[in-house]
Amino acid sequence: MARPMDEIRWQDLEIGAAVSEHGSSSEYKTGTWRSLRPVVDKDQCIRCGVCWLYCPDVAIKQSEDGYFEADLEYCKGCGICARECPVGCISVVIEEF
Amino acid sequence: MDKFSVFSARLVEKGEYFTSGHRACQGCAEALAVRLVMKALGRNTIVAMATGCMEIVSSPLPTTAWEVPWIHVAFENASAVISGCESGMKAMMRKGKLPPKKINFVAMGGDGATADIGMGQLSGALERGHDMIYVCYDNEAYMNTGIQRSSSTPWGASTTTSPAGKVSKGQYTQKKDMPKIAIAHNIPYVATACPSFPFDLMDKVEKAAAIEGPAYLHILSVCPTGWRIPSEEAIKYGRLAVNTCVFPLYEYEHGEYSLTYRPHPILPVREYIEGQGRFRHLGSEDIDSIQERTRMEYEKLVKLSEED
Ligand SMILES: Cc1ncc(C[n+]2csc(CCOP(=O)(O)OP(=O)(O)O)c2C)c(N)n1
Ligand code: SF4
Ligand code: SF4
Ligand code: SF4
Ligand SMILES: [Mg+2]
Repeated sequence: MARPMDEIRWQDLEIGAAVSEHGSSSEYKTGTWRSLRPVVDKDQCIRCGVCWLYCPDVAIKQSEDGYFEADLEYCKGCGICARECPVGCISVVIEEF
Repeated sequence: MDKFSVFSARLVEKGEYFTSGHRACQGCAEALAVRLVMKALGRNTIVAMATGCMEIVSSPLPTTAWEVPWIHVAFENASAVISGCESGMKAMMRKGKLPPKKINFVAMGGDGATADIGMGQLSGALERGHDMIYVCYDNEAYMNTGIQRSSSTPWGASTTTSPAGKVSKGQYTQKKDMPKIAIAHNIPYVATACPSFPFDLMDKVEKAAAIEGPAYLHILSVCPTGWRIPSEEAIKYGRLAVNTCVFPLYEYEHGEYSLTYRPHPILPVREYIEGQGRFRHLGSEDIDSIQERTRMEYEKLVKLSEED
């Protein structure tokens, strides 16, 4: 896991604004942007992975039992997964943090 | 749906080389396009990216969303920088200073970076014949700075610099045909794609990577913010662009055109235009004229693909 952004001072930056830690943006949790939350009805889910493939935020993870679910740390609540699910088993509810 | 069995989604590469935490707007299909392109390219890839939404959202200093070597360059020179990477590394491999390896050298830019500002450098790189891929993410305007028109903005679209009003119907020029300009360089591979058709897109990226010499990919990337549509409809509008033939999916490989997807039935462009805020001011006659032009352009393309 990357170092929290607010702990990095400008003196720590590398020359040329190089960033040596790959994928470190995941330190920032875009899930806080969300006003809507996708909820999967597992009874109807056919575990096809279409929701996973279409998520612009890489925010859908497959669990060990094969179901696909939103990772709420990153899900921005765009609603694409709910819209594209071929069986329509994802509903969108208002987020309450 | 794409023309795939829904279960094929599970067979797609699990690795992610463009990761979470990027700051693209909700429902950004341009970010989805980058994600899918990177899935198809894999780890052995070096990316030079022009300034624009995808560069800004993926590199909030001191962090990065990239899992591969990536460099942000100026607006105009992504293709020049990647040309240099390719030539330099090839020379080092030849001299035995680097182990020989197949690396994907990829330049990426938005439509502004590609069709306007980086056009000269892109043309030079294609002409020199570098073994590289250029990917244009076309969201049909300069989105990152607040929706200014580019030469890739379609006729009739309202942007902040082509605003619709009493005397204007928005953009008054026709969309520049960038893939045809790439084809005019006689390069081995050119293709159009859209993330609403993910398998078609990834197949084309793989082909572009396998082919020796320059390849150009033009990806229609729906931008809910600039097109003024709800975020959940980003995939739907990409599909409509293809199914109305406003944005046909095709390939040009070693001199031959082929349509990789033929909509059946072809939907009326009205279905694509209506519902997008950037076209809201257009009347029936305007939509008819877009329909007529779309039909003509598509027929030309069908003819080209049947020639060989
Ligand atoms: C030479 C130069 N002019 C202007 C800018 C400001 N600028 C940064 S991003 C951007 C818009 C990019 O548009 P596009 O290439 O279409 O990519 P998009 O943001 O739409 O993905 C502009 C105008 C700049 N960085 N450099
Ligand atoms: S798209 Fe729907 S059916 Fe398919 S895995 Fe996701 S939730 Fe399940
Ligand atoms: S709502 Fe959007 S961001 Fe959240 S999991 Fe679904 S597709 Fe991904
Ligand atoms: S403005 Fe458009 S292209 Fe840019 S991040 Fe937002 S949705 Fe994506
Ligand atoms: Mg753009």
